[in-house]
Amino acid sequence: MASWLENEEILTRKGQIAMPYAWSVGEVGSRFLVGLRDEKRILGNRCDKCGATYVPPRKNCGVCFHDLPDDGWREVGPEGVVTSCTVVREDSPLAPAKAPFAYVIVKLDGADVGFMHVVRDNLEKLAVGVRVAARFREAREGSILDIDSFVIL
Amino acid sequence: MEKAAIVGIGQTKYERRKSGEIYYDLVYEVTTRAMEDAGYTLDDIGDVITVSNDFWDGRTISCMAVQEAAGAHDKNVSTVEGDGTLGALYGLMRVLGGSGTTLIVAHSKGSEGDPRVITNAMFDPVYHRSLGLDAVSSSALQASAYMSRYGVTEEQCALVSVKNHKNAKNNPFAQLPMDITVADVMKSRKIADPLKLLDCSPVSDGAAAIIIADEKHARKARKKPVWIKGAAHCADAYFLGDRNLAEAASLREAAKKAYAMAGIGNPAKEIDVAELYDAFGYMELMWLEGLGFCDPGGGAGMTESGKTAMGGPIPVNPSGGVLSAHAVLAAGLARIAEAVLQLRGEAGSRQVDGARTSLAHGINGPCGQSHCVWVLGKD
Ligand SMILES: [Zn+2]
Repeated sequence: MASWLENEEILTRKGQIAMPYAWSVGEVGSRFLVGLRDEKRILGNRCDKCGATYVPPRKNCGVCFHDLPDDGWREVGPEGVVTSCTVVREDSPLAPAKAPFAYVIVKLDGADVGFMHVVRDNLEKLAVGVRVAARFREAREGSILDIDSFVIL
Repeated sequence: MEKAAIVGIGQTKYERRKSGEIYYDLVYEVTTRAMEDAGYTLDDIGDVITVSNDFWDGRTISCMAVQEAAGAHDKNVSTVEGDGTLGALYGLMRVLGGSGTTLIVAHSKGSEGDPRVITNAMFDPVYHRSLGLDAVSSSALQASAYMSRYGVTEEQCALVSVKNHKNAKNNPFAQLPMDITVADVMKSRKIADPLKLLDCSPVSDGAAAIIIADEKHARKARKKPVWIKGAAHCADAYFLGDRNLAEAASLREAAKKAYAMAGIGNPAKEIDVAELYDAFGYMELMWLEGLGFCDPGGGAGMTESGKTAMGGPIPVNPSGGVLSAHAVLAAGLARIAEAVLQLRGEAGSRQVDGARTSLAHGINGPCGQSHCVWVLGKD
């Protein structure tokens, strides 16, 4: 340590980077979000090669590297089974709920991949294997949070 | 693969906050240490790879800012944004491509940003980011999937923290050397079930560097080269819901490739010591399985039986692992550096006697989306 530091301290420069973005959701994503917003329906799409149904829907099947066809669109859920879950114990400024709440991955009925969202209530009943259903918000704007949460059945 | 070796390494001590040093200083410190370790001057370095992340550094194209600290003046320098093991993999390619020698240096200062906000940004902005997920809560989802699939208990996961923090007492670079018990882990603060504070790696500041050389240049190094026998990586899907979180499929694939290169048929017998990326206790159990040290679901039993402890047949994380110091990005290079020390017989009180083959492992992306496996040999 330099000798002058005996009587001084290292300074700290505080700052913040806040950068606005306007991400295009794209054609596939828009169709999905419009389904949530206007019809309270969760849409997936199915690969006609391997048969996997994706939710959120995709442009192509990553496994087959094959376009997902227009006639592959279908409603999945709104019910499904929890494949993993965690009750969050600490508040985060980024989370859509106050702690405690839970993150879940739900295998929606009719889908072949997991769908990530939150559970707010009855957390003591939450476990891998329980059935849940999507609960929609009254005011919807075409966002993943148009689904308020999943409720335990 | 043509012969290539690791001829120099350098690490900082890992600390919660290095208030006296900017990240440039950390890069300079480990670069000079690695060159001194190799007995190389700047003229002996063919090219330089820096490993950094703009969000952690709070600066775009963050590699630009450390060029002079990395000895890259007037050199071919390029950057990997990912774990240090992946930077090293690129470095190996540069050496095999004819650079002769490549220096790889990784840094991060977790203390300067907000790890929760930074790791939230790795998720898809349309579907997942607004849920508020971060590295800890997403890993908790993986722990849930893994533990329910194989009936692993929280106490079994806690054994990893107990072992690795104890090992850290033998590592002068470690941040959290501690004598703790399973009960201490169990009663530590709940963060995201089943993860508690002592199941989680700390926020750390630090840097690490290694120098890779081809056979000709390796012979000029001050110390006996540690030979790269195999190195491979594999990545899983981006969306967590697309993955089987209970299995480390991409690790199994990366390990298979690295073992094939190294001529390893039975890793549990042929690997003498391993340094794994245990960002959370449960991860070490999963990675033991993915590396084929035991059967799927066997990680807990292997740990309970003491096989991965110092003195066991395959000590895992003699350094204390990532649980004892987690400078993001540098942590993977630290695993390689530690695996090198073990084969040189320079690991001090964390030395595994007679180690001839070591393994180092790094991960990148949420819940170990991609894995990179290195097999190193003494001869
Ligand atoms: Zn397909």
